[in-house]
Amino acid sequence: MSDTTASRTAAAKGAGGFSIGRLLLEGRAFFALIVIIAVFSFLSPNYFTVSNFLIMASHVAIYGILAIGMLLVILNGGIDLSVGSILALSGVMAGAMMQGIEIEAMGVILYPPVWAVVVLTCTLGALVGAVNGVLIAWFKVPAFVATLGVMYVARGVGLLMTNGLTYNNLSGRPELGNTGFDWLGFNRLAGVPISVLVLATLAILAGLMLSRSAFGRWLYASGGNARAADLSGVPVKRVQITVYTLSGILSAIAGLVLSSQLTSAGPTAGTTYELTAIAAVVIGGAALTGGRGTVRGTMLGAFVIGFLSDGLVIIGVSSYWQTVFTGAVIVLAVLMNSIQYGKGARKG
Amino acid sequence: MNDTPTPKPDLREVVLAARNVAKSYGNIHALKGVNFDIHRGQVTTLFGENGAGKSTLMKILSGVIQPTTGQIILDGQPVSFQSSTEARDRGISIIHQELSLAPNLSVRDNIFMGREITGPTGVNFAEEERQVRRLMAELEEDIDPLTPVEELRLGQQQIVEIARALSVDSRILIMDEPTSALSATEVEVLFKVIRDLTSKGVSIVYISHHLEEALQITDHAVVLRDGNMTAYAPRADIDLEWIVRNMVGENYDLGSPPTGYAFGDTALSVRDLTVPDPAGGAFNVVDRLSLDVKAGEIVCIYGLMGAGRTELLETVAGRLRAGRGQIVLEGHEVSHLTIAERIARGLALVPEDRQRDGLVQTMSVGQNLSLASIMNFTKGLFTQKRAEQDLIDQTIRKVTVKTSGGAAAIGSLSGGNQQKVVIGKMLATNPRVIMLDEPSRGIDIGAKAEVFRLLAERAKEGLAVVYSTSEVGECLSIAHRIIVMHKGRISAEFDSTVSKEKIMAASGESVAA
Repeated sequence: MSDTTASRTAAAKGAGGFSIGRLLLEGRAFFALIVIIAVFSFLSPNYFTVSNFLIMASHVAIYGILAIGMLLVILNGGIDLSVGSILALSGVMAGAMMQGIEIEAMGVILYPPVWAVVVLTCTLGALVGAVNGVLIAWFKVPAFVATLGVMYVARGVGLLMTNGLTYNNLSGRPELGNTGFDWLGFNRLAGVPISVLVLATLAILAGLMLSRSAFGRWLYASGGNARAADLSGVPVKRVQITVYTLSGILSAIAGLVLSSQLTSAGPTAGTTYELTAIAAVVIGGAALTGGRGTVRGTMLGAFVIGFLSDGLVIIGVSSYWQTVFTGAVIVLAVLMNSIQYGKGARKG
Repeated sequence: MNDTPTPKPDLREVVLAARNVAKSYGNIHALKGVNFDIHRGQVTTLFGENGAGKSTLMKILSGVIQPTTGQIILDGQPVSFQSSTEARDRGISIIHQELSLAPNLSVRDNIFMGREITGPTGVNFAEEERQVRRLMAELEEDIDPLTPVEELRLGQQQIVEIARALSVDSRILIMDEPTSALSATEVEVLFKVIRDLTSKGVSIVYISHHLEEALQITDHAVVLRDGNMTAYAPRADIDLEWIVRNMVGENYDLGSPPTGYAFGDTALSVRDLTVPDPAGGAFNVVDRLSLDVKAGEIVCIYGLMGAGRTELLETVAGRLRAGRGQIVLEGHEVSHLTIAERIARGLALVPEDRQRDGLVQTMSVGQNLSLASIMNFTKGLFTQKRAEQDLIDQTIRKVTVKTSGGAAAIGSLSGGNQQKVVIGKMLATNPRVIMLDEPSRGIDIGAKAEVFRLLAERAKEGLAVVYSTSEVGECLSIAHRIIVMHKGRISAEFDSTVSKEKIMAASGESVAA
């Protein structure tokens, strides 16, 4: 019994033969994106241009940032329905701070600089996310229910703060020293919108975290089998709280980008965005049962959804059809996921 | 289905037979061509250790799984059941070892699950209830048909499971460990019911680890070992010693206690450890238990199912909370530490159920191996790929995992190699004490011997080893000391020269016959 093989470089591609079917299945999000781009480029001369791609990418940025957070949560075997609401609440918070915080007792109005607004907003997102995490990890509330509750509460707080209205003036005033909020949504660096750069940076960071850090491994392990991870010394609860906190922070960042793009912050922004984010993660090949999924796949999923819906707009298809198409793509993606992961998954 | 019971059943009539039945799961051969007869109106008992293939055979006979090769012959006709429902319709039903009840439903709803008695206005609950009451009266059990199953204690749940099998009027009833949670009185009643059934022409297949108990009721004995049938005889020709000999085998060498070195200081010391029932029962699963293990010593904990072995090990590892008592690792109290902190201090557990507690199926062999020691090769924010790969390669070599490499899927490995991965994962943390809960469960004899050899080697290097088992042959292998647990306490302690019978007697597995 000594025929042990321990090859250093072996089988990075996994065992099994090379077949086109398998390649298509595993790279499905990538191929879907190629098909979408090819079809729309054929249908509309305006689709295949650099400027259009950059515009579409800046639309994708919002969903994409949310989807990264959602991926972390789904890898853990959970779900976060509150991201759209946290996005809106963060936008409203940022808007309120840009308008100035009036402290009546002292009779002053504070105008925090933009960097402070960003930091405070992200902190808020982290706090709300941590509430999710604590409810789920310590109080054993099912993730679906906990985040559903937080979704309503966050949305409600946003509505209360603004009385249902929208903050329209977010550009700040030079004499108050708080200009520059629109930088996130409007400016470009070397021709690339800042929002796209933010998405790229966050995606790379998340990718590194998942593939190279101990935390990433803990996340995959606790999503794949929490009991085994626990017995191997993985701090399962801490991992759980951390992923919801990160998802909250990413939602807040998405909220900042969105309100900067719109130069307005309303409490009804981001409604149903959580579903789009989940769709992106699923199309990207992650398993909703946890433990499987990559940032690369999720990014492809986000681009598939974004490029598809923008393409339909460009060729002038009714928005009702867009909904139908998006739904069909999601169902197809889940179908492929169950083909890929179905075998052996039923074993007790 | 309703076979008219003959007043004098023909004793030699074979109702159900297995011919050359084999079952493989990938590389694992659970059954290797077994022949087996069930006689009308008689009790046939299957003996065999864990992993011998008893449950697999019973699942095949009852249609739960299909054999890889071989034939099932019912009343002289070859049959092939595609599902347990099909088998049930032909009069074969099974009481599974693991309870298959829906805890949220009432006793009545569980008993009639999937074959509700329906009338013009939906389910006829009154009729169902009447039948359940009759069954319970027959089993002399005072269980109300409307009680939710989750409110019953385990033994009563087992009664419900038995009642469900009785309620279908089977001709052949397979009982896989029906008495493991029953009290002595309940076992008596069950045996009365069994005799009653056999006199009506029902054939019973019985599986039990309680050898003496099984001998009371059986008419024929069949012994399985490692997927082969090793012996077959009527009751008159056999005794306990015959069963044990055929179960365990003569040439069953799992090594001997390593010698030629002195034990070190006490590595693990458990003092008055008490663990309340994790399911919320009023009793203690571990009851004021004390145990010392020295560095380099190998201790085997033997006990029946429910003796408290798993709970003891999981409490020491930090999975379960101790009610009272101390756990001291190399002079440091560790009871208040988390699992991760205990692993860092050198206390590792290889859990009993490797699928549920040991492996992460979504990760590769290498990622599973490095999971518990990942902080050892994390510098700053990132893991060091090279260091991790070295550790993986080294561990694969040391514990002799047969795999194409660290990147292989964990599901591609055989049971024995998967178990080695779990052991390798914990050994990679450089433990001072390693505890293994039923390390040989569901792995073949070759892999078993390798696992034990590996542990013996590490013990020589000063590792304290504690392993639990429910197979007496495994106690008499590498262990320097054998501890027998019964109802949460140590009922006996032996050195490695003790006889199998003595160990079994101390566990409550009475062999006085």
